[in-house]
Amino acid sequence: MPIEAKEEFRPKIVAFCCNWCSYAGADLAGSSRLTYPADVKIIRVPCSCRVNPMFILRAFEKGADGVILCGCHPGDCHYSTGNYYARRRMTLLFSMLDYIGVENGRTRVEWVSAAEGVKFSATMNEFVEKIYSLGKNVRLEDLRCRN
Amino acid sequence: MYKIAKENLSALFGKIAESRELYLPVNISGQANFAAWSEGSAVDLDTLKTVKSPKDAFFPQSENLYTVKKDGKKLSVEPEALKDRDFVVFGMKACDVQGIQVLDKVFLADPVDTFYAARRAHGTIVALACHEPEETCFCKVFGIDCAEPAADVAAWMVDGELYWKALTEKGEALTEAVQSLLTSAEGEEEKIEEEKKAIRAIVEKLPYSHLSLEGWNGDSLKEKFDSPLWEELYKPCLACGTCTFVCPTCQCYDIKDYDTGHGVKRYRCWDSCMYSDFTMMAHGNNRTSQMQRFRQRFMHKLVYFPANNDGMYSCVGCGRCVEKCPAALNIVKVIKSFQKEGE
Amino acid sequence: MQELIKRAKELLADGTVVRVLGWKAGDLPYNPEPAYFEKEEDFRDFVYNGFCGANLSKYMIEASKLEGKTMVCLKPCDTYSFNQLLKEHRVDREKAYIVGVGCKGKLDIEKIKAQGIKGIQAISGAELTDAGDVLTIQTLYGEKTCAYGDAMLERCHVCKGKEHRIYDEIIGESKDTKDADRFEEVKKIEAMSPEEKFAFFQKELSKCIRCNACRNVCPACSCRKCVFDSNKFDSSQKANADSFEEKMFHIIRAFHVAGRCTDCGECSRVCPQGIPLHLFNRKFIKDIDEFYGEYQAGEDIEAKGPLTDFTFGDVEPSIVGKRG
Repeated sequence: MPIEAKEEFRPKIVAFCCNWCSYAGADLAGSSRLTYPADVKIIRVPCSCRVNPMFILRAFEKGADGVILCGCHPGDCHYSTGNYYARRRMTLLFSMLDYIGVENGRTRVEWVSAAEGVKFSATMNEFVEKIYSLGKNVRLEDLRCRN
Repeated sequence: MYKIAKENLSALFGKIAESRELYLPVNISGQANFAAWSEGSAVDLDTLKTVKSPKDAFFPQSENLYTVKKDGKKLSVEPEALKDRDFVVFGMKACDVQGIQVLDKVFLADPVDTFYAARRAHGTIVALACHEPEETCFCKVFGIDCAEPAADVAAWMVDGELYWKALTEKGEALTEAVQSLLTSAEGEEEKIEEEKKAIRAIVEKLPYSHLSLEGWNGDSLKEKFDSPLWEELYKPCLACGTCTFVCPTCQCYDIKDYDTGHGVKRYRCWDSCMYSDFTMMAHGNNRTSQMQRFRQRFMHKLVYFPANNDGMYSCVGCGRCVEKCPAALNIVKVIKSFQKEGE
Repeated sequence: MQELIKRAKELLADGTVVRVLGWKAGDLPYNPEPAYFEKEEDFRDFVYNGFCGANLSKYMIEASKLEGKTMVCLKPCDTYSFNQLLKEHRVDREKAYIVGVGCKGKLDIEKIKAQGIKGIQAISGAELTDAGDVLTIQTLYGEKTCAYGDAMLERCHVCKGKEHRIYDEIIGESKDTKDADRFEEVKKIEAMSPEEKFAFFQKELSKCIRCNACRNVCPACSCRKCVFDSNKFDSSQKANADSFEEKMFHIIRAFHVAGRCTDCGECSRVCPQGIPLHLFNRKFIKDIDEFYGEYQAGEDIEAKGPLTDFTFGDVEPSIVGKRG
């Protein structure tokens, strides 16, 4: 196999995980010895609806290449309805990002319950794969944050 | 005196760009603003006033001062380099040139602002006479003659020809650099005089040209400051910063830090006296109401500045605020209101 | 206009209101400013014509904090904003006496100037009572004419209708000036490739000077402290950095008013750089209409805002990638 001469692209991926389902799901993935790439950095939030659109833009600004939001399945929110609001917000935000020309697929929402360690790991693997194929985020990056 | 045909101007710009950076009015998405020239730029010399004044060329809206980098436990500080390349600002108007004189009073006075001084040292201004002044112009009120701009090079656009007259050493140097493209216009002074006369005739007819600045000076500070008129005048003000950001003389800035995740960039950016955090200090803000902030802008331009600078006003009558204020407020309305009150 | 002044004076005289919020004639033919009138003699300068584009609902936020009632002149589209503010408890209905004023489309001086008309001395044809549809403009460089429709603000071409949504009385007649599809420009952008979309917005937003005029004029932007002003949070960036700041500001601003924006068009009207800011708001409006059913903010004060509501069967965010 030829050796890649150029520096390998390692994506930075931010995963916002709700405390009650998805974070526990990530935990289960870990204790079940399921793997997912270390490129994923998890930020725990109390509920998926805690995620302000600004959080997502800020992550991109500071150099994230992909942002994924994980929350409880619709109907299972610890606070009853938080994820329903999050769902509407993210739909509109992602649509806006698409509208200003940000590649589709850099953002994603996935519902992961505390019992879905397998889904968590599979989702992350898949998402990282996708970001690899999209390459570096340049459209939402603040150039001042480059080295 | 030299001249060059209008259709050869892009060759002239190319020639200037060979040895210097070149900034001139460019139309971007329907708006004319000063921008760096490159082959194919939509140069717009017909629009009388660019939206933003060209003060950016000497005092950019945002500029980095230094960068702090963090590497483990080590910190390094890298000051931003000063401007070290010659550049040309082409197509400034007489009012904008005067605007730079105002900035000089602020930034070149002790302590000298090194970033600004470096840009001034490397910048050459080619100023264009105003072919067709508009109703919002009132440069005449401040003693500016838009028919004869006082810059490094003065230029006139007459009958499809650009007439070129170097006025300073820097101007001579630039003329030399582009000499091959210019043809002599000796003996055509008459044409320029005609153009000047025509411009001045229009200026006489402009609605604001005869505005009186009587009573606006350092001596009237207390009386103007305490006037009850401000309470009325400020009311439509939305507290946006449009007037200050399009202004060729507004010079207030803020210094802030930007966290890059692996260090800090300390930058300065234009500030606006209209903003609630203007001159915010540890103890709070010394102007707590919008009326006070609004008053500050006009007192600074018409009272404080002349009091500290031998009577020089820090308004040049470009009329940009007249055109751009969302609430149709402006310095002319302020001056007129005080005049009415005095009657 | 005379009828309006007469009625305003009456209301002041009988004590129904203590001040009138309208427009004061400017010193140029096209720059009237929003103003308060409290005394009989103030009305010398009162004006209401085609150049009175400002949406006075925004000023009612402050006026609601003053003693006594304010008579406010609202055009049909301004009443949407007033309703929305009422719904958010930002204005006090008891403090407002709303006179719905007639409107036949408001004028944009920038559009007149863009036709090469300069040195303007006088403009006729801009009065509400003028029957013709041509503006006659006296300039230092000769007399010029301009079709009324060509000088109209963008928002008037997608007029929401001549009905006032809330009022105490109506003075003057209105006209529906709609002659374009509200979402046409949005659809055009949606049909572009990601590269073209990005290039389009990059170019437009690179003009932004961060003057905040769009935010400060917006009736929906009524936060006491904007997140972009807070010095306790590092989102308060005043830097004019093309790379990202402007996009961040405009997306977040549009998002914050999504579902509350009545599409009054003030942001685009006041932008000194002529950035078509309504394209952000209309994108959200279009998406809301498509995903959650047609919704017009400010139409009434009962309906629940789309972002403070949900249904169990809402579309998933992944729909964005699946659409065309």
